[in-house]
Amino acid sequence: MKRFISPKGIIGLALIILVILAAVLAPLVLPADFATRMSMSARLRPPSAAHWLGTDQLGRDLLYRVMLGGQTSLKIAGAAVVMSVILGLPIGLIAGYYRGHVDNLLMRLVDTLLSFPVLLLALTISAMLGPSLPNTIIAIGVAFSPFIARIIRGEALRVAQMPYVEAARAAGTNDLQMVLRHILPNIMPPIIVQATLSLAFAILAEAGLSFLGLGTQPPQSSWGLMIQASRDYLDVAPWTALVPGAAVAVTVLGLNMSGDILRDVFDPRAN
Amino acid sequence: MLDRGNIQTSEALVSIESLRVEFDTDGGVVVGVEDVSFSIMPRETVCVVGESGSGKSVTSLSLMRLVEFGGGQIARGSLRLTRPDGEVVDLARADPNFMRRIRGNEIGMIFQEPMTSLNPVFTIERQLTDGLAVHKGLRRDEARARAIQLLKSVRIPEPERRLTQYPHELSGGMRQRVVIAMAVACEPRLLIADEPTTALDVTIQAEILALIDRLKRENGMAVLFITHDMAVVAQMADRVVVMYRGRIVEQGPVTQIFEHPREDYTRMLLAAVPKLGEMRGTIAPEPMRTLDAKPRPAAPEASPKVKREALLEVKNLSTRFPVKGGVLRRTIANVHAVEDVSFSLNVGETLSLVGESGCGKSTCGRSILRLVEAHAGEIWLNGWEIRKLGAPELRAARREMQMIFQDPFASLNPYRRLRDQVAEPLVNFGLASGGELDDRIAKLFDRVELPRSFLRRYPHELSGGQRQRVAIARAIAPNPKLVIADEAVSALDVSVQAQVLNLLMELQADLGLSFLFISHDMAVVERISHHVGVMYLGRIVELGPRSAVLEDPRHPYTKALLSAVPIADPRNRRIHEKPNASLIPSPIFPPGHKPQRSTYDEVAPGHYVLQ
Repeated sequence: MKRFISPKGIIGLALIILVILAAVLAPLVLPADFATRMSMSARLRPPSAAHWLGTDQLGRDLLYRVMLGGQTSLKIAGAAVVMSVILGLPIGLIAGYYRGHVDNLLMRLVDTLLSFPVLLLALTISAMLGPSLPNTIIAIGVAFSPFIARIIRGEALRVAQMPYVEAARAAGTNDLQMVLRHILPNIMPPIIVQATLSLAFAILAEAGLSFLGLGTQPPQSSWGLMIQASRDYLDVAPWTALVPGAAVAVTVLGLNMSGDILRDVFDPRAN
Repeated sequence: MLDRGNIQTSEALVSIESLRVEFDTDGGVVVGVEDVSFSIMPRETVCVVGESGSGKSVTSLSLMRLVEFGGGQIARGSLRLTRPDGEVVDLARADPNFMRRIRGNEIGMIFQEPMTSLNPVFTIERQLTDGLAVHKGLRRDEARARAIQLLKSVRIPEPERRLTQYPHELSGGMRQRVVIAMAVACEPRLLIADEPTTALDVTIQAEILALIDRLKRENGMAVLFITHDMAVVAQMADRVVVMYRGRIVEQGPVTQIFEHPREDYTRMLLAAVPKLGEMRGTIAPEPMRTLDAKPRPAAPEASPKVKREALLEVKNLSTRFPVKGGVLRRTIANVHAVEDVSFSLNVGETLSLVGESGCGKSTCGRSILRLVEAHAGEIWLNGWEIRKLGAPELRAARREMQMIFQDPFASLNPYRRLRDQVAEPLVNFGLASGGELDDRIAKLFDRVELPRSFLRRYPHELSGGQRQRVAIARAIAPNPKLVIADEAVSALDVSVQAQVLNLLMELQADLGLSFLFISHDMAVVERISHHVGVMYLGRIVELGPRSAVLEDPRHPYTKALLSAVPIADPRNRRIHEKPNASLIPSPIFPPGHKPQRSTYDEVAPGHYVLQ
C-alpha cells in the first residue's frame, strides 16, 4: 500500500507553503514603519536592487505590501471558507439524511441564494453590513454556503443509502451517532476538495470586493486593494498590478494543485 | 455421452498457447494469466471455470483482443484461429483492422450484465442491425428481416414489436436473449460467453443455457463458456479447463474432471459446491466437506420429534411500497412486495426463504427488523410485538435480532476500523466498555477465525470472505437470538462460501442462534435449513420441513424452481427449452386494491401449500 504522491501535488504544496510563510513572516521581516513609510521621490519605481518588486504610487515597497497584503487576503479567504462550511454543512446533512419535506424546504432556501450571482450576493451583503473585515468574511461565507450545502446534500443522499448505514441502524445507532460516525467521514473527501477550491475563489472574491471598495479598507492592504489602486497607473507602471495579480494567481494555482493530496491525506484507502 | 455432433476436421478451431497477459498498475506489473494453453475444437463447448482472480475472463478477452482496452498487454503466447477458408491466423499478432473483421463476425461474445450490455439509447433494431450492416453489408430492409429472424430464433415473443422497443422496456432475461441474438447474428464459428447467466434468476438461467445449447447445435458453433458455477459446467461442457490465480490447474473431458479429478484444487472446488439432492434422507443441516485439515465442525441439532419452541412468529405480514407519479407526485400504484406472509421460526433452527428476484424475501427480512415499515400484520419475537414498539423499545428489541447483508464490500464503513465496527452494537446498547469491550471484540474475532491483527485494519484491506466474517462478528456481538442472513453468501466465491456456511452452522450449534436465511440458491438452502419457505410475488407458496419441501414439492412454482436448478452431474443432463419464454409478473396494483388472503392446504404435518 504505497502512497502515490504526484509531482503536481508537491509543487502545489510548495507554493502554498511559500505563500503562507511569506504572509506569516511579514511582520517579523519588515521594518516597523513600513506601512507608513512613503517616499514621494521613489514613486512608481520599477523593480530594482533597492526595491525588489518596485514601488507603488505612494513610494511604498511592493514586496513588503504584497507580503502583508497576503496576510489579509488569506485570513479573509480562510475564515470565509470555514464560515461557508459551518453554514452549509448542517443544511446539506439534514437535507440529505432526512430527505422528504425537510429536504425540499431546505433546498428551496438554498436555491434562492443560488439564484444570485455569487459576487453580486457577496457585494450586497457587504454593502448592507458595511465594509469591515468581519463583514467581508460574513459576506463571502454566506455567498459560498449554498454551493457547499448542495454538494454535501448530494453526498449525504448517496451515503445514507449504503448498506453499512442500514447495518448500523440495525445495530441500534441513533440518528446523531449515524451522522457523526458514518455519514460525515464518508463525505469528507468531496468537502475537502470543495473547500480547497472555495479558498481559491474566496481569495478572488475578496480581491473583487476590495477592488470595488467594499472589502478591505485602507490603510490595511490586501491584494485586491493593491490591484484596485494600480488601475490608474497601468500604462506607466504595470508592475503595480502584476505583483498582486501574480500573488493571487500563484496562491490559487497552489491550492488547486494540492487539492488532491489534501483529500488523500484523509482517506484510509490511499495510505 | 458427449454431444459432439459431426466434426468435419480434427483441426482445432482455436488454439491458445503459452499465453501470458500483463497489466501495468501503480504497484508494478501484475500478471493476469501465465502459461495458459488449451484448444477449442469446432462445435465443442469448452468451459473455463475458476473463482474470482483466476484469470478466466482475461483469457477470453485476450482472444478477442479486448484486454488491451482494459489496460492489459499480451506479453507472450499465441492465439491461433482457423478461419472459414482454412487459413490459420495468430490473433495475438493481428492489427486492429483485422480484429474488427473478426469480432462479431467470426467470434461472437456475450457478457455478464444484460442490463449494461445494451446501449440504452438505441432501439433493439438498431442494436441488431449495426453488426449486420458492418460485416455483411446488408441493406436496411434485409437487415431488418434478418433481425426478426434472429429474434425468433432466440424465442422472444412478438419480435416485430420488440424491434422498436428500447432496452429498458425488456426484462433481464429478454435482454440477454437480444445480446445472444446480436452475438450470433453473423453466424460466428465461436461464441464466447462470459458468465452470461450469473446475474439472472435460476429459471431464466435454465432457459438461456438451453438456448445457447440449441444455437450451438443449429449453427455448428463452438462455445467458450466462462463460469464459476460447477453445476452449469456439468450441464454444458464437453471439456473443462480449471483455472486458479492465472494458471491452468487441470483440463480434460467433463466426466473425467468430475469423476476423477487429479489436482487438489479441482477436488476442493468440486467438494465446495453444494449439490441439490445430496441431503436426501437427512433432516438436519450438515456442514460442507472442505478439504483442508480442519476437523469436521459441529453440526446443528436435528429437530425431528422434539417440539421446539417458537422464537419468531410472523402473522399476515404485508409490506407495500408506493409508486409515485404525475405532476403532484401522488401515489398512483403500490408494489405489494410482501403479501400476507405467515411463518414461525423455532429456537436454534434455520428457516430459509427462497425465491427469485423480486419475490419479496429481502423485504420480508427488512420488515421484521423494521428497517422498512410493514403495512399490516404482526411480528412476535420474545414476547414483543415488534410492529407496535416505540423507538426506545425498538432499540432494545434490536439487541435480539441482527442482520448480515449481501454485499460484503458495502456493508462495512470504509472509513472505520474493523474493531470499531464490530464494537458498534456493544457500544450502542451499552453492553460493554473499556477493557471488557476490547476483550469481547478480540474473542469475537477469534470466534469467526480472523487473526487479531485484523482488529486495527480497514475494510479495504480484507477479501470478500473475510469481510463477511467481520459482518458475522458484528451481528453476533450483542448475543442476539435471531440473525437474518440476507443473501449473505451469494456474493462469495464457492470455496469461501462453503467456509462461511460452515461457520454459520457452527455458531448455530454453539450459541443456539436462529437463522432466517434468505437466498435464491436452492442447493445452499438445502444444506443449511431445517425448514424452507418458497416465495413468489410476495406470498409464501410452500412452507415446511426442508426434506418435505425439497423432496416432495407440491406447488407448481416450487416444482418449476427445483427443476430449473442445474445439477452438478455431467451424466445427468436435462437442459431443455420450454415453449414460451417466461415472464415474471410484477406485484403492482392500484391504490385501492384489496388482495386475497393467503390460504393453505396442509398436505403433510407442517407442510403447507398455497391454494
